[in-house]
Amino acid sequence: MQLTLEFGGGLELLCDSKKVHHVNVDLSDGEEKLTMKGLLSWAKTNLIKERPEMFMKGDTVRPGVLVLVNDCDWELSGHLDTTLEDKDVVVFISTLHGG
Amino acid sequence: MEAAKPKSGGARLCSFCNLRKPALKRPKTLHQICRECFYDVFEDEIHNCIVENQLFKRGERVAIGASGGKDSTVLAYVLSELNRRHNYGLDLFLLSIDEGITGYRDDSLETVKRNELQYGLPLKVVSYKDLYGWTMDEIVKMIGLKNNCTFCGVFRRQALDRGAAMLKVDKLVTGHNADDIAETVLLNILRGDIARLSRCTSITTGEDGPIPRCKPFKYTYEKEIVMYAYFKRLDYFSTECIYSPNAYRGFAREFIKDLERIRPRAILDIIKSGENFRIATSTKMPEQGTCERCGYISSQKWCKACVLLDGLNRGLPKLGIGRSRGHDNDESIKDVKHMTGSKEVQGKPCGTLDF
Repeated sequence: MQLTLEFGGGLELLCDSKKVHHVNVDLSDGEEKLTMKGLLSWAKTNLIKERPEMFMKGDTVRPGVLVLVNDCDWELSGHLDTTLEDKDVVVFISTLHGG
Repeated sequence: MEAAKPKSGGARLCSFCNLRKPALKRPKTLHQICRECFYDVFEDEIHNCIVENQLFKRGERVAIGASGGKDSTVLAYVLSELNRRHNYGLDLFLLSIDEGITGYRDDSLETVKRNELQYGLPLKVVSYKDLYGWTMDEIVKMIGLKNNCTFCGVFRRQALDRGAAMLKVDKLVTGHNADDIAETVLLNILRGDIARLSRCTSITTGEDGPIPRCKPFKYTYEKEIVMYAYFKRLDYFSTECIYSPNAYRGFAREFIKDLERIRPRAILDIIKSGENFRIATSTKMPEQGTCERCGYISSQKWCKACVLLDGLNRGLPKLGIGRSRGHDNDESIKDVKHMTGSKEVQGKPCGTLDF
């Protein structure tokens, strides 16, 4: 599944200062669909190069990190249960940096 | 990029216009709101806050403390927009402080310089080097990474006032948001800092001083500021200060964010609690005077910046660091007490927050 992941608000520093990542995420065996929960653990393994605790806390994003799926707040689409489809755009923005 | 398609849960319509697909959930009200209605509500609430609290008078010159970060960038954008739309009649300026931190402030100042052009607001930059003779890089070289945030915070506070005086403005506005203020209420409780606790929720402070400061984002959630900046594609800078290890404030911040996830209203409720504290009349409050050395407001003989600066210049950078309340056994504190003739003022640590 092709997805575009964007890191902003300082989170890009955790992945080689690269903001936009075009990625191909395969479903694990036995899974029928990719959810945000699956994507987060994939991103943590495959994209985050340093200080993962700035990005994740437990199995979800760290409080203070905003998530948008296709420019819509994931709080409206079911948080971790949001189902992703091919060509979706997922944006992560930290609110925790500087003012 | 444009939204491709709505996700299942987002199929309901905006609770304001009932026409469009909602783009975010408002933490303050839990409303689902579309982008267009969000812009309106966000700007209207700030306008109402300005009007209800009479933050400005027509014809005033107002400096916006601009760090290049999200809060001050959104503040500069919204304030210049509201000034036009509602005809406030304000002369707006951007005021930036150059702390002299290579790789951090020089980059964020580039953002502010772009904002100057984008919003058509004149920019004034004042530097620690010019005001105090030291850059933060030089200070850190001398004192290490332990109390650097104290120096930076104390110097910035005064630098903003000095810059505002150079611009001959009537008021200084800062981008402190609701999350920042809730965090500061908690920190002041944790530190037993009654004087700051009693004033940290005031929307305007320093009315007795030369240049009052106000916080038009006092009730504005950080989430909404960041969402607004994202949707409007505003140009802001978001790198952590390279010298900022402020762990204590970091814990308070994380705690507030954890609370917000469970109950977003907690942020407004902490502010409300802060506003309604009444300080016992038996509590001794510091008396406000002026610094004998530089004339800046101070509750001591010398203001905190002068004490710190004197320490730096004499090669005793620990002067003025630490706290005296409750424990008098630290020799550096004794030195300060001797010099200022009374108890020490505690440094307001770090960076982004007293901006």
